[in-house]
Amino acid sequence: MTKLFIPLDSFAVACGADMIAEEFAQLKAERGLSFEIVRNGSRGLAWLEPMIEVETPTGRIAYGPIESGEAGGLLDAGILSGAGHAKRIGAVEDQPFFKRQTRMTFKRCGVIDPLSLADYEAHGGLNGLKRAIGIGAEAIIAEITDSGLRGRGGAGFPTGIKWKTVFEAKGARKYIVANADEGDSGTFADRMIMEGDPFCLIEGMAIAGVATGATKGYIYLRSEYPIAIDVMREAIRRAKDAGVLGDSVLGSSHAFDIEVRVGAGAYVCGEETSLLDSLEGKRGQVRFKPPLPALQGLFGMPTVINNVISLASTPEIVAEGAESYKTLGMGRSRGTIPIQLGGNVKHGGLFEAPFGMTLGEIVEEIGGGTASGRPVRAVQVGGPLGAYFPVSLFDTPFDYEAFAAKDGLIGHAGIVVFDDTVDMMHQARFAFEFCAIESCGKCTPCRVGAVRGFETMEKIIDGEKPADNLALVEDLCNTMKFGSLCALGGFTPYPVMSAIRHFPEDFHGEPMKVAAE
Amino acid sequence: MVSQARYDEAEVAELIEERRGLEGPMLPILHAIQARFGHVPDAAVRQIAAALNLTRAEVYGVVSFYHDFHKEPRGRHVLKVCRAEACQAAGGDRVAGAIEAALGIGFGETTPDGQVTLEAVYCLGLCATAPSAMLDRRVVGRLSESRVGALIEEARL
Repeated sequence: MTKLFIPLDSFAVACGADMIAEEFAQLKAERGLSFEIVRNGSRGLAWLEPMIEVETPTGRIAYGPIESGEAGGLLDAGILSGAGHAKRIGAVEDQPFFKRQTRMTFKRCGVIDPLSLADYEAHGGLNGLKRAIGIGAEAIIAEITDSGLRGRGGAGFPTGIKWKTVFEAKGARKYIVANADEGDSGTFADRMIMEGDPFCLIEGMAIAGVATGATKGYIYLRSEYPIAIDVMREAIRRAKDAGVLGDSVLGSSHAFDIEVRVGAGAYVCGEETSLLDSLEGKRGQVRFKPPLPALQGLFGMPTVINNVISLASTPEIVAEGAESYKTLGMGRSRGTIPIQLGGNVKHGGLFEAPFGMTLGEIVEEIGGGTASGRPVRAVQVGGPLGAYFPVSLFDTPFDYEAFAAKDGLIGHAGIVVFDDTVDMMHQARFAFEFCAIESCGKCTPCRVGAVRGFETMEKIIDGEKPADNLALVEDLCNTMKFGSLCALGGFTPYPVMSAIRHFPEDFHGEPMKVAAE
Repeated sequence: MVSQARYDEAEVAELIEERRGLEGPMLPILHAIQARFGHVPDAAVRQIAAALNLTRAEVYGVVSFYHDFHKEPRGRHVLKVCRAEACQAAGGDRVAGAIEAALGIGFGETTPDGQVTLEAVYCLGLCATAPSAMLDRRVVGRLSESRVGALIEEARL
């Protein structure tokens, strides 16, 4: 039977996909047509969402962006056989945005029925877990270490080393925690994989369990992602029914189970130790380190806590071996990174590519510049704690170290594009404001610094002694950067200082006073 | 629609009992109570403290820490509007202003008829279809000033 793919991904649903699916279902009944509606994930071309696809003998043909009320016209035009229509895009694989990608972690996302385990297996799913069970803990950890995979949450810590620490740690029980508290503005990769290929995360967590001896996994999933919560929970239920999870993972001697836990709207819970406190049922406050979570994590037990994308990258690495992964990338940034383009961008969405493309290529060539058609003025890379980069830094390659060298960070690889109407003084104020709203309150530089920073920025905006107050802001940023307990207070200086440094004309044209060293 | 059932001691006890066997049962319990009663009543805080062998202060500390939990009942619908950077870049501040004007309230407030509570949220993961919002559990993307009217009409239903 002809398959009609209508995404259940939040991008598509937020733009009417549920209603469109309903319209097709109704017309199917009315006209006695025979086709099957499959609710898939997003292929990542968000500006074309809701993008529907029809499976034809010559491949899948896409149409988009579809609006509610268009179903009848599309069927009249003969889309079930891939016929022409004003919204016909053709094959997604032929789109320049898609063609330039190297899809490894997201290879199935948008392609398969996210809740069909059979579909998952038909597209290479579970090969990683099967091999993992066969080769055992030490060999899995060696593969992950050799692959060069680094934490995709933003810190970039080598995943293999983390797993090895937990493997060697002693504990009555061990845990795998997936950090799905994706709160950074401009990021949606975790959400997309959980909605579009949830078994991939399940498989990655199970591999981590086999590698470390952990038997229980938690996915700490933010409450702002209702669709991801539903899809993930249903996928776990089906994985249990199929024996992928449970007392005997795929018939092996390994036991592994997963539970989704829903966050409660605190941004700081994306920080790993505050996430653990939140899972334990406490205020989501940051813990002192040491002890490392790998040794004393959830309920004091050895715990792997990894970002969703880190975990979802491991099935492919274990299935195919470290070699094919580590040949991609540049420097110490190996493999692929799902870059997320958002904000005022013409072609927004998810673009998976090896590290090393320049920021300019990504924003101008892939993203196509701004949606407003005005010139790009600034991009913020790495979420609300990431630096604002001007166009003059667009030659920076997408790589952990290259960004650090320019006083920036790639973080979770979200890029928010701003056109020339942006007021960087207001963006700097917002960075402090956000930190003040979301601070957990445990350490003083963040709790008090954010509020004072906000107040001082207000004075600068009002034109009150701008040069003196800018010097004060820089001094405060130094205190926050070096004195805060975690990245919330510690990295808020990145957006603030980058805005001041790269866009002095927005700050009453006052050049920074050179700080006394 | 937000469930606003009247506080019922036996029902709260049941919600707690169903979850107390979990590891770290606090957040699942609070979510269940918030979802059922539209807030976490003081009396429920007392029950949780007793059931989990904690002080009321400890439970209250958790309730007050998270944006999702509320001490007081709120509107029948909750409209969360994203105020984060990606939505700002896409004209989100103008949309937010139009929503405030249409509802006649500011962020953090509830309309006098108790129909709609307006909240700021920092990222819904819809950054490539910005500006975005969430009405109860339904996500909405590509908002514009001209589309605010329809959204508010739905929220007022």
